[in-house]
Amino acid sequence: MDLFEYQGKQFFAQFDIPVSPGRAVDDVDDAVAAADEVGYPVVVKAQVQVGGRGKAGGVKLAADAEECRTHAANILGMDIKGHTVKIVWIEHASDIATEYYASFTLDRSAKQYFGMLSAQGGVEIESVADSDPDAISKIHINPVDGLTDEQCRAWVAAAKLDPTVTDQTVDLLAKLYRAYVEGDADLVEINPLIVTPAGKVHALDAKVSLDNNAAFRHEWAEYEATQERDDREEAAHTADLQYVGLDGSVGIIANGAGLAMSTLDVVNQVGGTAANFLDVGGGADAKKFVSALTIIDNDPRVRSIFINIFGGITRGEEVANGIIGALGQIDIKSPIVIRLDGTNADEGRAILEPHLGDKLQMSPTMLDAARTAVALAAK
Amino acid sequence: MSIFVDDNTKVVYQGLTGSQGRYYGLLNRDYGTNVVGGTNPKKAGTDVDGIPVFANVAEAVRETGANTSCIFIPAPGVKDAVIDAAEGGVEFVVVITEGVPAHDEAWFYNELQRNHPNVRLLGPNCPGIISPGKCNIGITAGHIAKTAVPGAKNVGIVSRSGTLTYQALYELKLQDIGVTTCVGIGGDPVPGTSFIDCLQAFEADAETHAVMMIGEIGGSAEEEAAEFIASSMSKPVSAYIAGQTAPAGKKMGHAGAIVSGGKGTAAAKMEALAAAGVKVGRNPTEAGELMVEIVKGLA
Repeated sequence: MDLFEYQGKQFFAQFDIPVSPGRAVDDVDDAVAAADEVGYPVVVKAQVQVGGRGKAGGVKLAADAEECRTHAANILGMDIKGHTVKIVWIEHASDIATEYYASFTLDRSAKQYFGMLSAQGGVEIESVADSDPDAISKIHINPVDGLTDEQCRAWVAAAKLDPTVTDQTVDLLAKLYRAYVEGDADLVEINPLIVTPAGKVHALDAKVSLDNNAAFRHEWAEYEATQERDDREEAAHTADLQYVGLDGSVGIIANGAGLAMSTLDVVNQVGGTAANFLDVGGGADAKKFVSALTIIDNDPRVRSIFINIFGGITRGEEVANGIIGALGQIDIKSPIVIRLDGTNADEGRAILEPHLGDKLQMSPTMLDAARTAVALAAK
Repeated sequence: MSIFVDDNTKVVYQGLTGSQGRYYGLLNRDYGTNVVGGTNPKKAGTDVDGIPVFANVAEAVRETGANTSCIFIPAPGVKDAVIDAAEGGVEFVVVITEGVPAHDEAWFYNELQRNHPNVRLLGPNCPGIISPGKCNIGITAGHIAKTAVPGAKNVGIVSRSGTLTYQALYELKLQDIGVTTCVGIGGDPVPGTSFIDCLQAFEADAETHAVMMIGEIGGSAEEEAAEFIASSMSKPVSAYIAGQTAPAGKKMGHAGAIVSGGKGTAAAKMEALAAAGVKVGRNPTEAGELMVEIVKGLA
């Protein structure tokens, strides 16, 4: 779960990481009130989960209330790469002497935590990695040991930051590490991490991605409530289905994430495009298929639906009964193609057989079913 | 032969008294797995359909000689359960549970590496392991798999995806190819057992003649496996990578299946594997057909 910048800063503040005073608002009058409170000059920042908001005009400096009003009015409602700005973050503008970069994430190959620190902040870290890889100081941290003070000091020394801010940086990184581990984040990134002319180190931006699997031990309801989802994704989320919206014309339902991804691949290989990824998971109750079919059929992009089932523990006839049960409860506009294989596939196919026709077809293999579904979508 | 499990494997189910643990524990026993016990500190002394329940793994090991544990405990309790298993004295821990926090996984993986280096961990978020005809631990439907035939050309399977593992077993069965062991390593960020661990074991297993590998987008495990295959494997390998058309930055159901910044794409993985001499199929059926060709070529 990716947080908005303002949520990331609130998250950092819980771990005593220095951030600029500011407030998140969704209305122009509130923006001015927030600016009056934090003190001018202020920065008015669009809150969207997409890069390039500065270039799009979503980040503006305001010297007084009038400028703040103008910028907030322009930015609220602005479209940035398909994302509508609903919230702006108003913060006291910081004077910047130097810009650094700091982050923690997981190195999946090493199976350890990975920290990156650089004196070249304020630009994309990927471009630093390409142009001057030695400018990034990297460490691996064993989760069993955690980040020790000694290791952190050596890391900061290797990054060749301004030596006068060493102690402050070591302290901030220790807090950032705590935020990463105790906060159950997949990623914590500060870019830029600034030093002010007065010599104070402080997080000017906050990029935080949280591990949804750890939600049970945190109070994340507020973050969860602001997640950006389209209507299809919202409906799937409510029905507890694993769904990702895409732009194609063949709606996909499969049992298992791997099989669902594979179904997308096969549809693509025979010249079609998938409208979604949907994993109905194990089991086969009609209720799940009702939710899945309804979400897909309500998608105006969808022209045909491909149900790809491989019976494992859940047997073919159970799945077939689930699908037929669902089709008895709802009316589906798009034609459906089913591929049913695996455990008791013959029994399952026998159950589907009497219901077959133009609206419900069956193919023995994944490739054949994909071809039929793609042909139907092109009609 | 087989890898990681065999006829001597004795399994204790942590979470046997829960609905999932009971369901699959009994299914595994029906298959022929030597299910010797379960654990639940609150229900020690009771039994599940005749299978004795112990307070912890140490007790189960002492009383039954269990050498393997299978975890069906809900995600919040998995971290403690893994340590209970390792300290209890089993040598193999299979974690079926999905939804384990990444920081818990990273911690117990490294804790085992350091303080219990002889304990092998499989999962979390995996379908388990099956050596057809001998032992089935986890949620794989055992009857989909064809038992390895002594003297014939048998295949080992290693997979990151559950349903695609079944698909692979099934395709091989249709082609009358036996499977020595099928290992589902799971799709999580910190899998206890990697592709390389399995490839290495299959390479050393006299009864396994070829290996089928099923990967997914995200991470670099398949690329690392390709390097290992090129440098250290004599046995032929076929592969399929799911997610060739998945858009970047979107999570596709598994915690691990996400592409970020062009890294971990299916194309890059397929290229690396092909360069290592692996026969790469564009879909699971094609990978199965390629394996049939490989096996015919061996005969």
